[in-house]
Amino acid sequence: MQQITDISRENRFLEGLSGRLTITGVILGVVGLGAAFGLAQGAEGGVHRLWWSYLMNWVFFLSISLGALGFVLIQHLTKAGWSVVLRRIAEALAANTLVCGLLFIPLLFGLHDLYHWLDAEAVAADHILQHKAGFLNLNFFLIRIAFYFVVWIGGSLFLLRTSIRQDQTGDYRLTQRMEAASAPLMFLYALTVTLASFDLLMSLDPHWFSTIFGVYFFAGGFLAFFALLPVIVWWLQGRERLERAITPEHYQDMGKFMFAFLVFWGYIAFSQFMLIWYGNLPEEIGWYVRREAGTWSDIAWLIVVGHFMLPFAFLMSKHVKRRLAILVLAGLWLLAMHWIDLYWIVMPELNQEATEVPWSLFDLLCLVGMGGFYLAGWSRMIGRAALVPEKDPRLGESLSFENV
Amino acid sequence: MSRQETRIWGLMTEFDDVAEAVHAAEKVRDAGYECWDTHTPFPVHGLSDAMGMRDTRLPWLVLVCGATGMVLGLAMQLWMNGIDYPLNIAGKPLFGIPANIPIVFESTVLFAAISAFVGMLIANGLPRWYQPVLRSERFRRVTNDRFFIVIEARDPSFDVEKTRAFLESLGGLGVEVVED
Repeated sequence: MQQITDISRENRFLEGLSGRLTITGVILGVVGLGAAFGLAQGAEGGVHRLWWSYLMNWVFFLSISLGALGFVLIQHLTKAGWSVVLRRIAEALAANTLVCGLLFIPLLFGLHDLYHWLDAEAVAADHILQHKAGFLNLNFFLIRIAFYFVVWIGGSLFLLRTSIRQDQTGDYRLTQRMEAASAPLMFLYALTVTLASFDLLMSLDPHWFSTIFGVYFFAGGFLAFFALLPVIVWWLQGRERLERAITPEHYQDMGKFMFAFLVFWGYIAFSQFMLIWYGNLPEEIGWYVRREAGTWSDIAWLIVVGHFMLPFAFLMSKHVKRRLAILVLAGLWLLAMHWIDLYWIVMPELNQEATEVPWSLFDLLCLVGMGGFYLAGWSRMIGRAALVPEKDPRLGESLSFENV
Repeated sequence: MSRQETRIWGLMTEFDDVAEAVHAAEKVRDAGYECWDTHTPFPVHGLSDAMGMRDTRLPWLVLVCGATGMVLGLAMQLWMNGIDYPLNIAGKPLFGIPANIPIVFESTVLFAAISAFVGMLIANGLPRWYQPVLRSERFRRVTNDRFFIVIEARDPSFDVEKTRAFLESLGGLGVEVVED
């Protein structure tokens, strides 16, 4: 029977945890990135290698925030009821694009280590790069990146702040305003996410092109967001937050989304692969040839099995989706797989001739460091606000939500 | 033609409140009835629990049929392209897994979807041309604003007098005999 959970007695604020999270995050961030930059200075070619780890880990966290932003936009566009208790967590994750934007600034010093098409001599000697120079040039690249972050940060902060404002006023018109803004934002979101994936990842090999690449990037990030969400919920409920508000009904829907976008990711990844494999054209196939050479082939198989087949079989059952601890395991696994997937996309371009996976300590240090800042950013974004949109007109619907 | 002799098919009670109907369903469940049903104008969350319905086994059927479709799709292409009529297309392997995946995907979905649809019909005893409750004038409001619980006469615990008394004890707007 439908019963609206009484959340007035629910512990729905981070309170003291917020400060501790921020401090822990900043310490991890400073130590992680500090150690990475310190070690890089001392090693031959270290700084060059570091920028690749930096980019890859930065895109990892950026993709999660973009997934969260997409989720919040869809919830508003569909006037979703079930997800209201989860939305504040996602809103804060989306607003973490601000942290990602700040973490892009150091990358400005590494662009020449990453993007071959910034090398004037290489462009002069390369007919294809000359043709692409109208799009792939430093100024236009920076203008585009700035535009993406204006859209992402502006959109996500608007949605977070409007939602927090509603906690005080309870004004339902704020909901209407967020819904109205979500339609143009969704359009801009699709455009910016697609082009950002082209700029940040695809142009690492400026000769290669794949029109489906933007969707591939979106699918991975959206999935990673749904992999992270149950982990956050589990952490919060372990600290006596939102224990009654978020129920197995919500777990199951997080699991459904995880399963659905796991399949979606697999579908898109395979669609990209099969056409290029079948066409077997020199300008396209090289990208995959490099990613199947030497030890990269182990990673490629790990992605096929670990990023799709195993979790597909594992998440199929409803009983798995309704148990948070198991869902958390699947989420952590998928986050690791998303990281491996991005590694497999980025790192073969570090040295196109090499066939060994170039594991480096920088990969982990950047993960820890950026993860630290990301964590601190999230806890600051939620800050003193409630962990659920308290006065959302659909909160009751979410609290009484049942699947069957 | 003479009218056939009627016999009792079941007993029906009516509610005008969804909470009352769900509450009553819990009592019917706890009284140990097996052959009974609740009719509502819209899907009611939590009704399955209130009726004590067991988890459907349909997913297992769908899983097995989907896996069958997958194997058949793969075997079909192995036989056609790899063995029976090998055709070299752009130097691709005669039996190349990537090229076969779309067909495997489609045949898996086809078998899984058909088994889910047909299995659901069979599990629900559909299609059924005739349902005795449809004779009741009152029952027409089930598509509008009324909720009904019907206990069938074939239920082992069914006894006209006792069951009628039981249904009356549930509250509601009155018990009606449903004839076959």
